[in-house]
Amino acid sequence: MIRGSLFLCAVVSILTTLGIVIALLLETVVPLPGSSDASEPFFANVSVWQFFTDTQWTPNFGGEQQHFGILPLVCGTLLVAGIAALVGLPIGILSAVYLSEYASPRVRSIIKPVLELLAGIPSVVYGYFALTFITPYVLRPILQDGLGFTVDIYNALSPGVVVGVMILPMVCSLSEDALRAVPRSLREAGYALGSTKFDVSAKVVLPAAVSGIIASFLLAISRAIGETMAVAMAGSNVPRFTLNPLTGGQTMTSFIANMSMGETPIGSVEYKSLYAVGLCLFCITLIMNIVSQWVMRRYREAYQ
Amino acid sequence: MAQPLMNVAPNRPPSLPQGPAADESAPPREPAPRVTKFDVRDLNFFYGAAQALFNVNLSIPQQSVTALIGPSGCGKSTFLRVLNRMNDIIEGTQVAGTVLLEGIDIYGKDVDVVALRKRVGMVFQKSTPFPKSIFDNIAFGPRIAGLKDKRALAEIVESSLTRAALWGEVKDRLQESALALSGGQQQRLCIARALATNPDVLLMDEPASALDPASTSRVEDLIFELKENYTIIIVTHNMQQAARVSDSTAFFFNGKLIEFGNTQKLFTNPREQQTEDYITGRFG
Amino acid sequence: MNAPAATARPADWLESGKREGWVFSTLCWLSTWSSVAILLVLLVAIVSQAWGWLDWQFLTSFDSQRFPDKAGILAGLWGSFWTILITILVSVPVGVGAAVHLEEFGRNDRLSRIIQVNLANLAGVPSIVYGILGLTAFSRMFGLFGEQGLIPISEINLLGWQIPIPFGKSVIAGALTLALMILPVIIVASQEALRAVPPSIRHAALALGATRWQMVRHQVLPAALPGIMTGVILAVSRAMGEAAPLILVGATTFVLYAPGDISSLADIRENPEGLLRAPFDSFTVMPIQIFNWAQQAKADFREHVAAAGIVVLLGMLLLLNATAIVVRNRSQKRMKY
Repeated sequence: MIRGSLFLCAVVSILTTLGIVIALLLETVVPLPGSSDASEPFFANVSVWQFFTDTQWTPNFGGEQQHFGILPLVCGTLLVAGIAALVGLPIGILSAVYLSEYASPRVRSIIKPVLELLAGIPSVVYGYFALTFITPYVLRPILQDGLGFTVDIYNALSPGVVVGVMILPMVCSLSEDALRAVPRSLREAGYALGSTKFDVSAKVVLPAAVSGIIASFLLAISRAIGETMAVAMAGSNVPRFTLNPLTGGQTMTSFIANMSMGETPIGSVEYKSLYAVGLCLFCITLIMNIVSQWVMRRYREAYQ
Repeated sequence: MAQPLMNVAPNRPPSLPQGPAADESAPPREPAPRVTKFDVRDLNFFYGAAQALFNVNLSIPQQSVTALIGPSGCGKSTFLRVLNRMNDIIEGTQVAGTVLLEGIDIYGKDVDVVALRKRVGMVFQKSTPFPKSIFDNIAFGPRIAGLKDKRALAEIVESSLTRAALWGEVKDRLQESALALSGGQQQRLCIARALATNPDVLLMDEPASALDPASTSRVEDLIFELKENYTIIIVTHNMQQAARVSDSTAFFFNGKLIEFGNTQKLFTNPREQQTEDYITGRFG
Repeated sequence: MNAPAATARPADWLESGKREGWVFSTLCWLSTWSSVAILLVLLVAIVSQAWGWLDWQFLTSFDSQRFPDKAGILAGLWGSFWTILITILVSVPVGVGAAVHLEEFGRNDRLSRIIQVNLANLAGVPSIVYGILGLTAFSRMFGLFGEQGLIPISEINLLGWQIPIPFGKSVIAGALTLALMILPVIIVASQEALRAVPPSIRHAALALGATRWQMVRHQVLPAALPGIMTGVILAVSRAMGEAAPLILVGATTFVLYAPGDISSLADIRENPEGLLRAPFDSFTVMPIQIFNWAQQAKADFREHVAAAGIVVLLGMLLLLNATAIVVRNRSQKRMKY
């Protein structure tokens, strides 16, 4: 009986996945039993083609003006994730190289806890920091007062930077694992051929660990795509199909959060659009995670 | 010590330089005086507080094969790694004494370790090809030295692989991964890789111990060919191999150099009792 | 630098002096220490904004919509307390139980391998998708129950305890959602802890005639406890800081009471039924209060009250981690093997 209950515990995780899939498909593809009003799923009212190709997302407008094209939201998400990647990936990988190849144990004992702290800070804190510090005291002085660009109070650059800081510890830690997995004998062979530390680090160790590093990049970007609070607080609330980081547009996650907090009636098409966006978001991150795992599995055989 | 202790008949192809006389009744010939490549004087080596080499004095002749033999842990690998300063990578190591390469102390203050290692190449016990193509493996050394010209690199790759007796087998697949080669081929690849930096000394740490007999024999043939142009110092725990391949042999025990001399003489008529004990298998 | 005086060897392409490596290593050094710099700037900025606004009054009052200096985080403190409590009570047994099954009883099952892959995928699902799961499965229960549900029940009677279903915007819906979200973290960490227990302990127990379960319960689990606790701490810390899933479930942003109306120990004595009501009350948590304050128009709310809330949240996280580390070290000392 005990073994049975343990088995059930393990099965809970499968039920979770099933639950997620069902929750996302209900209201979008399959009608929810019992919803009195508008029990029709989202895609019965909005065509899939329109969903993916329309360049306007205006669920709260009435009648003719109501558009459900997800491209602006995807664009907003990718813009923030892109900036986050530009910040987090280089710092993460260079820090990993430093910790793995150059740093003394004392330095590592300082840096590793710092990175864990950074990783443990809740995203609302990062959102607050982006909104009340980075935008007014960093971005505006430099870009607006200094260079003359217009920086909206809610933009994509500020949340992008903090999301980059959020994913940096993950990139560093996973990449460091990949670098440390490179056998010592390879480094020795490099030195024996007359390499400097730079040659060994950059031309022997890094290339040998490249699959693990790419896997870490994919996971980090996936995390950046799924981030909600920081973009909800410091990012734009208006869906815009733009690549301008100084204004940005609403992200998928921010839309879902805002729609659920709003006053839109639960059975309406507008409300159900949050499920459709959720479904899209889930698929994107799932694919990235699967690819990342596939890449990681490939690199395990790289030294034989 | 009247009886020869080992029957040491060289089994080399006749075209190569004559080995020592096959006739045991004649007294062994003294080797002609050679130019010294490495001159080691009063070498003491420490891993932190533990001493690993005690007062080693040794002169290694050039363009010959010198074997370092001894039981496990006797310091022969440590000594080998002193010669190209590979021990510098390990934390807490200390070297006392002088190690002269053609008259210059390699532990001197102004010596560039990186340049030293290009002159004194090393091949390890376990072959360590980089996870790159065969071409990139060989070209690695010249590339990090600054050579960018594609044709020059291709020439160096070809000549290194030829000298390592591997060219014929891989010339059509230079862009394939080096990891796809067999164990013996990988080791010859590592030898070619070491040769690509144009060294004059080749240090080999038990190069054939992880290989099957056929590959071992090919590597030994290779060593014999290479000694015409390179000074080769090889660590081996296989005494028959030392006897087959080397001109001079040094016997280490417990961090001390016990005896050093012409291979034939050392194996048939060693001076020290300890050497005799080791060779006849009384220990180690 | 001088190469040892050479015999005449063609060495024109041997460059021994170039050290372009210093650019690279400087970049690496800068990157690493920039993380420290960012952390310091972050903490200093927040603490300086919270200075003067974090006082006893802030910790013991409820929120105020119009007066920043009257605002307090009491609702969030109690809401977080109840939420995290139920989250721990649900996720730890299930998570450790699942890990025990995967490591001790089902090692080479096909099903176990599927579960492993599944766990890896679940760990990468965005927290807001868990929110959607929680909304559908717990708040609305797939539309199966409730007054308009397929089965029109609105309450379950569990030994005299009236439980409203579906759970709606309640603490328990939020807690169950968070529990599912941190489950993969707990399971993976517990698995590693179990794996680290030397096989010799298991063999010794089995050789003495213990059943598998007895061996696990009395030898393996205690030995793995420190590692399991580390994983649990990590997971619970994450849950405490999460806002997105709870927003979806319906944690409201402006709440003027604590769940069950219990906002002090005195209340528990006066009003014990509040304890039973609390899990089903609507609620808020500290991260959501912070979020709400940061959205306000008044700068005092946005900059100072929010910062004070953040300091409280970070303080709670610190307290949680510190306590757990102490407990873990104590149990590690007792379990020396």
